Amino acid sequence: MSDLVKVNVDGVEVEVAPGTTILQACEEAGAEIPRFCYHERLSIAGNCRMCLVNVKNAPKPVASCAMPVAPDMEVDTKSEAVQAAREGVMEFLLINHPLDCPICDQGGECDLQDQAFGYGVDESRFQDNKRAVEDKNMGPLVKTIMTRCIQCTRCVRFATEVAGVPEIGAIGRGEDMEITTYLEASLSSELSGNVIDLCPVGALTSKPYAFTARPWELKKTETIDVMDAVGSNIRVDTRGREVMRILPRNHDDVNEEWLSDKSRFVWDGLNTQRIDSPYIRKDGKLEPASWSEAFEVIAEKVKGQENNTAAIAGDLACAEGMKALKDLMAQLGSPHLDCRQDGAKLPTNANRANYLFNTGIAQIEEADALLIIGSNPRREAPVLNARIRKRWVAGDFPIGMIGQDEDLTYPVTHLGNGSETLAELASGKGSFFSTLKKAKRPMLIIGQSALAREDGFAVLEAAIELATQSKMISDDWNGFNVLHIAASRVAGLDIGFTPQEGGQDVDGILESASSGDIKTVFLLGADEIDMSRLGGSFVVYVGTHGDAGAHRADVILPAATYTEKQAIYVNTEGRVQMTEQATFPPGEAREDWKIFRALSEVLGEKLPYDNVETLRASMFETAPHLAALDELVDAGAPDASSFNVDVPLSDAPFVNSVQDFYFTNPIARASKIMAECSIQAQAKDVSEGTGTNG
Amino acid sequence: MLQDSDRIFKNIYGPDGADLASAKQRGDWDNTKGLLAKGRDWVIEEVKSSGLRGRGGAGFPTGLKWSFMPKENDGRPHYLVVNADESEPGTCKDRDIMRHEPHKLLEGCLLAGFAMGAHACYIYVRGEFIREREALQKAVDEAYDAGLLGKNACGSGWDYDIYVHHGAGAYICGEETALIESLEGKKGQPRLKPPFPANVGLYGCPTTVNNVESIAVAPTICRRGASWFSGLGREGNTGTKLFCISGHVNKPCNVEEEMGIPLKELLETHAGGVRGGWDNLLAVIPGGSSVPMLPKEICDTVRMDFDSLKEVQSGLGTAAVIVMDKSTDLVKAIARIAHFYKHESCGQCTPCREGTGWMWRVMERIAKGQAKPQEIDTLLQVTKQIEGHTICALGDAAAWPIQGLFRHFRPEIEARLTGHASQEAAE
Repeated sequence: MSDLVKVNVDGVEVEVAPGTTILQACEEAGAEIPRFCYHERLSIAGNCRMCLVNVKNAPKPVASCAMPVAPDMEVDTKSEAVQAAREGVMEFLLINHPLDCPICDQGGECDLQDQAFGYGVDESRFQDNKRAVEDKNMGPLVKTIMTRCIQCTRCVRFATEVAGVPEIGAIGRGEDMEITTYLEASLSSELSGNVIDLCPVGALTSKPYAFTARPWELKKTETIDVMDAVGSNIRVDTRGREVMRILPRNHDDVNEEWLSDKSRFVWDGLNTQRIDSPYIRKDGKLEPASWSEAFEVIAEKVKGQENNTAAIAGDLACAEGMKALKDLMAQLGSPHLDCRQDGAKLPTNANRANYLFNTGIAQIEEADALLIIGSNPRREAPVLNARIRKRWVAGDFPIGMIGQDEDLTYPVTHLGNGSETLAELASGKGSFFSTLKKAKRPMLIIGQSALAREDGFAVLEAAIELATQSKMISDDWNGFNVLHIAASRVAGLDIGFTPQEGGQDVDGILESASSGDIKTVFLLGADEIDMSRLGGSFVVYVGTHGDAGAHRADVILPAATYTEKQAIYVNTEGRVQMTEQATFPPGEAREDWKIFRALSEVLGEKLPYDNVETLRASMFETAPHLAALDELVDAGAPDASSFNVDVPLSDAPFVNSVQDFYFTNPIARASKIMAECSIQAQAKDVSEGTGTNG
Repeated sequence: MLQDSDRIFKNIYGPDGADLASAKQRGDWDNTKGLLAKGRDWVIEEVKSSGLRGRGGAGFPTGLKWSFMPKENDGRPHYLVVNADESEPGTCKDRDIMRHEPHKLLEGCLLAGFAMGAHACYIYVRGEFIREREALQKAVDEAYDAGLLGKNACGSGWDYDIYVHHGAGAYICGEETALIESLEGKKGQPRLKPPFPANVGLYGCPTTVNNVESIAVAPTICRRGASWFSGLGREGNTGTKLFCISGHVNKPCNVEEEMGIPLKELLETHAGGVRGGWDNLLAVIPGGSSVPMLPKEICDTVRMDFDSLKEVQSGLGTAAVIVMDKSTDLVKAIARIAHFYKHESCGQCTPCREGTGWMWRVMERIAKGQAKPQEIDTLLQVTKQIEGHTICALGDAAAWPIQGLFRHFRPEIEARLTGHASQEAAE
């Protein structure tokens, strides 16, 4: 292409797009440039001066991260002068940096340590005392040792630009400059843990992980997160059987390289409150039992009541587990099963476009107008919210909101509280309708708070109507999006873990359980239902944690968490991803599908698969798109014609379903770290609420 | 010596009053409308051919700088920002312009702003200058009342507003991009260049930042003609300049003189000579604390202009002449300057943040004789590691005084350190 710019780096000629920085051009040419402050997802600060290079005819070395290329530029990255310049900068960085690498948690994965090998000198020429900086309180997640700080301001830029909470900054100047949070509090962000990854030195480290492990002794497993329906790519670091920490992995189309605090810090919940053996309730008390004893008890109860058995899948269930449970229910001849434990009115027919985030997370950046209906993406999917914010920062992105008006880290036009506003927009009225109509690529996001209510189908129908009316759906653009909260939900709908012919949905199951019509209920990690409505039914809880479901259960079967199995999850976009096994389930616990396979034999209804491959093959037969890992299959246009809209739109306002971000699932509720975060967040809410209590 | 008739700042000492009526008597605001009627290009051309170089220290040709502003307005407003954050130690010329000749500055703002298509001008006054900004504000009010500023300024049809903004007292805010940041309400830290302010400046709009003196001489240049101004001084270093003479002279003063005047003549004619006579001179810092000092041998002959001083490895800077006689402990003096730069470093980029403190500490120890002689080499290397590696020029400004000191006085300092060492050994 002719508009490319030719640049010569150390004799290697490369062609790059105009506006590329010298640093990027050097990388293109294979020349490695050391850097501390530069980060490709943050704005350019140019303050560490480590990336200096020589450019022919420039009077002095230039910071390659900040300087755009010019045609026929000749860059030199390897000469002695460049090496000397970088060594000079490195020496400055080290004179006030403590020599505490042996006790620093960043040790082994520290940019400063690594680059000191290339540019450091063996002996310090600095004769005076090193500077000491007081540590700052940054809440329960981020530990600070500010003496180690090299003032690269990555954390400042992350908080301001990506997280949208301008609460980190630098105070003081010159060598007295210090990084601190506003009034030394934790960041009021669900993404605050990312500053730990961004910090190139050991100034900001993980507080819960402090002094527990060294990076080189950890086994690293690349897997998928299930704390929300985004499907963030993660790396689980384990030592022995224990998960030591969770880090994000880069996936440009999903989480970039960010991770929400819940996904990152929930790991202590994997080790507490775990169910490690089957339990049977005897005389009102749960007592450990063997698998066969537990199965016998279940078989006894189910026998003769096969049709009156029901199953509810929870938010963390994997596709394989749900598939096995669904098949088991089919074998038993019961049509009562549901994966929508919150009662969301999501369509059960085969049109995936009706329940997917069709636009795609990365494609949010291409949209030019957005309407949020009954959702708080900041709490429901923080990483996705960062993507919306990224789009908003780029400019010209009107955002409307129907529902609870809360701070989403970007300004929204609050249009109304509930479905009447939606109906008005859908009928083509209101100024925001014309905004959407004028936009070339408008999109809407409808959340679970708008759907998990009596009139959910009517709301969904109105949203689809609005999408159609405002031309959100065309050949190359689909602006209709359902934002899920539960990691299991899309897979559940894909494989049809929904009421079969004549079956009951969650509400119906609970109703019939109270009335005694349904005798046995299987809860596959379902903890968010109203347990009191289960009445006198016999409850089999298949799950991982001693949460609400386990407390109600008559028999508990211990299962595996997402870090303990290889399993398929489908994110809110419909992206199929597979987790990898990082550790083993504790004690007697087994993978979900194996539990149902074993149980089926005892029930005399043996499931036709002996290994997970056969199970998956059978699953792919009914839902072939699940075989395409990490691909987005175009689901077509949403279509409300098949909906059974039995309840008309009510005028009750939408109430956000995620009230406490840190407590949305059994693993998070078992986590001490999440509890601390929750307390802190609530304290902040209260003080912000009154404004006079202090 | 400059003729009185060629003086631009006739009231720099303030005997005639700074008010509008007195200023008009001195010729300010005389037919400004007529000057404006000659058009933008004429003003820029006049300043260009006058050879005026920026009076803030770097000496960049002022007319050329103005011509960098986009000719056509792309929808963004243009801004003129006047840098009145005069903080370079030794410099005190802009404050006298603001106190005694504010109308020269304001008229210059109108001309310069008009020439670059700006309708608004911000004058960023150093935080410590309380009386100066009061005087300036008073002059602005007078000019507005007289219709010289505001809508249809001077009846020219050009709308022009001037805002006086108070800094908070940070040296770094005298750096043009840090000044812009500060003006926008942010922490005063220099920006990366490119983009330059002429493209992306204040609030992201095309902006030119000029020193007070550069702007204040513009009306006189336009009125008396470029050739008059360029006829003074010498090639490439034309016109007159305010010199601020301080230190060990008998009569410290601000004085307007022709560029290129010999330093010795400048000191002896206007400042009453060096305390104790010319032979008592030890060294002179010719352009404000950031430029390297000159020993007496050079001071004997050197001329005071940008190029002559550059030839002797120093600089004209702000033309703040700091005279030091033989009673001065030069190391202590430079250690004090090093402390100043350490204190004023913004802390943004590594070499300056870490290096200024390092240099100051070593300088202090050398001043006390507690350093080892070989530490001088380390110190000089540190100055080289800072110089040219920073975002703005503060790093250079911190390095140069130390380089200047050791360039000319190294043997004496080494003798002091070895003397101290042997004395310690003897004890």
